[in-house]
Amino acid sequence: MNNLLEVNNVSKYFGDFKALNDVSITIPRGSIFGLLGPNGAGKTTLIRVINQITMPDSGSVSLDGEPLHQNHVMDIGYLPEERGLYKSMKVGEQAIYLAQLKGLSKTEAKKRLKYWFERLEIGDWWNKKIQELSKGMAQKIQFVVTVLHEPKLLIFDEPFSGFDPINANLIKDEILRLRENGATVIFSTHRMESVEELCDDIALINKSNKILDGKLVDVKRQYKINTYEVGIRAKNQSILEKDLSERFSISKANFKTLEDELKLNIKLKQGEKPNELLSYLTSKGEVSHFVELIPSVNDIFIQAVKNN
Amino acid sequence: MNHLPLIIKREYLTKVKNKSFIIMTFLSPIIFITLIAVVAYLSQLNNDKIRVISILDESGIVKNVFKNTDHTSYNILDNNMALEDAIALVQETEGYGLLHVKNIPQEKISSSNFTFYSEDSPSLTLMSDLESEIQSELTLQNRIKENIDEEKLKATRVSINIGQESFDGEKTSKVDSVVKLIFGCAAGYLLFMFIIIYGNMIMRSVIEEKTSRIIEVIISSVKPVQLMLGKIIGTSLAGITQLVIWIILGGVLMTITSIILGIDISEMQTPQQQIMEQAMENSEVNLQIQNAFTAFLNLPLFNLIIAFILFFISGYLLYSSLYAAIGAAVDNETDTQQFMLPIILPLILAVYIGIFTVIEDPHGTVSTVFSFIPLTSPVVMLMRIPFGVPIWQQVLSLLILVGSFMSTVWFASKIYRVGILMYGKKPSYKELMKWIKY
Repeated sequence: MNNLLEVNNVSKYFGDFKALNDVSITIPRGSIFGLLGPNGAGKTTLIRVINQITMPDSGSVSLDGEPLHQNHVMDIGYLPEERGLYKSMKVGEQAIYLAQLKGLSKTEAKKRLKYWFERLEIGDWWNKKIQELSKGMAQKIQFVVTVLHEPKLLIFDEPFSGFDPINANLIKDEILRLRENGATVIFSTHRMESVEELCDDIALINKSNKILDGKLVDVKRQYKINTYEVGIRAKNQSILEKDLSERFSISKANFKTLEDELKLNIKLKQGEKPNELLSYLTSKGEVSHFVELIPSVNDIFIQAVKNN
Repeated sequence: MNHLPLIIKREYLTKVKNKSFIIMTFLSPIIFITLIAVVAYLSQLNNDKIRVISILDESGIVKNVFKNTDHTSYNILDNNMALEDAIALVQETEGYGLLHVKNIPQEKISSSNFTFYSEDSPSLTLMSDLESEIQSELTLQNRIKENIDEEKLKATRVSINIGQESFDGEKTSKVDSVVKLIFGCAAGYLLFMFIIIYGNMIMRSVIEEKTSRIIEVIISSVKPVQLMLGKIIGTSLAGITQLVIWIILGGVLMTITSIILGIDISEMQTPQQQIMEQAMENSEVNLQIQNAFTAFLNLPLFNLIIAFILFFISGYLLYSSLYAAIGAAVDNETDTQQFMLPIILPLILAVYIGIFTVIEDPHGTVSTVFSFIPLTSPVVMLMRIPFGVPIWQQVLSLLILVGSFMSTVWFASKIYRVGILMYGKKPSYKELMKWIKY
């Protein structure tokens, strides 16, 4: 089994409102999977279906090749976007309780919590009540509780919200380390730079439909616009620009350089090779900058949602 | 994996460790007992004061009637004194009051010849005491005058107590009915209080889980129905703990206070009790007390206890699952009002039916019908059972109750499942119905 999780043709209605329409996604084992989409697209509903909080009206979900059943809650760790802890309960007690609900024994939970609390340097919070902690502190505890039972599948919904850059980085490193140790991660966020940084695979959901999915590199390849960013020095830049505009479709580019030079985005036509452009350019002047423009996740997101 | 015991344990411990719960548990009996002790102490103080009552008897008929007692002393004034002077004298000496009897022959005596003057309106017991003493004295004198032999008269007096017996041959009595009534009311009322106090507690704890937003984390591990049942059971156990502590602590405190203050609280001297005590000397009443005791023993105790446990548990669970559903449907406590009415109304109705109808006619149409309708049946049936309800009725009512309890739990868990993840707006009844279909 190469895929840890398979969602097959899942639909969910709330009354007349269609929250998910025939959505299928597959999540490869050991990947970090970015689940993207505008607000209200149906991401949370899909995550709730995977967590068996909401039952789908049609379609099926299988984890590790088995259709979802109640015992699978032990294999999933879920950090919801709307999260909180019992305010008047002590940190340690609460963490043990939540771990026990995930099937850990009390002593095992205690042992692992000790390890994690030391790791994240929060050991002295054990006997504090949640209401005495800051939001970021509570978030850290929630993170620990989510991963404590070492689930196969981790689902993080906006895991970095409420963290300062240092702690966000700390959590990011922990997520990467968990992946190295064999966990598969579903990662839902609106922060595209962290998708760019972390995700191997993505799926984009818009208005209850999946509109895009696959390996991040494949998606980028698919959205490639065959455009190159070029910096070139020539004796007469305006003549060069005129020449180029006759052969290619060009636009002004904006990037920083040391010298004064002609900066252009040059879009190649179907079938044209970048080498042809490069040899043409070298014959006209001195090329100081030649980069293929790769669409960012942000661009892809906006474009895909607009086209939809 | 069954998480129910774990959830129950957490709910129980959180409730029991909660500061306000602890304070309420230990403070309530103290406040209650202190209140009783203060009232008892004050009324004792009041009783220690001796009332001085002056008597101006111009007719000379009743001046020898009155005997001094512990609380009252009589001061017979000279019957030549003018009324105004007598009143002035009483006021001056700060006496309690003055009984004035006009100067008329005994044959023409009537109510209008007696007047009691006092600063404020006199105590009711005192007035009835005075009246009964004068009445019996005058009656006695009249009988002597008419040559009626008091002894013969007493011998001819007949007292009748109609015996009561059911068609099955079971003996009952008026006292019986009172004992049954007390039992039924106590059971019904206990259930009523328990539902109101701990139902609310369940509701608050559901709302708390919603507002702290922990709910989604929890229900990714356990089924909402399990969470709901765990909450209901855990909170109820905390409630039972509180009740037991109240009873024990109340008993201990009661004993301690009565020893320290030297007040026998159980025999607090209220005017009514004084009258009772006087009446107690009457052997008839003594017999009635004995009757009450036998009536207690004759109650269908086994049936009563079993029925109490069964109806109490299923009635309580029925209501508390409704409370849990309300908690899930709203975001904060102020929004609960709209949904509380349909719960409180049948409960109050049940208690009123219990008090007004069951007493009058325990097996009449109204009582019988309402002891089958699920929302009122636990209270009404508990009140009816001491009067002897056929087993088939009890079983049928219980079956209906358990059936509706199960469908309510199903219904509540639907609302609960959807409601706990809904934030922001207060749902209407229409929306609640929609949730059930989700």
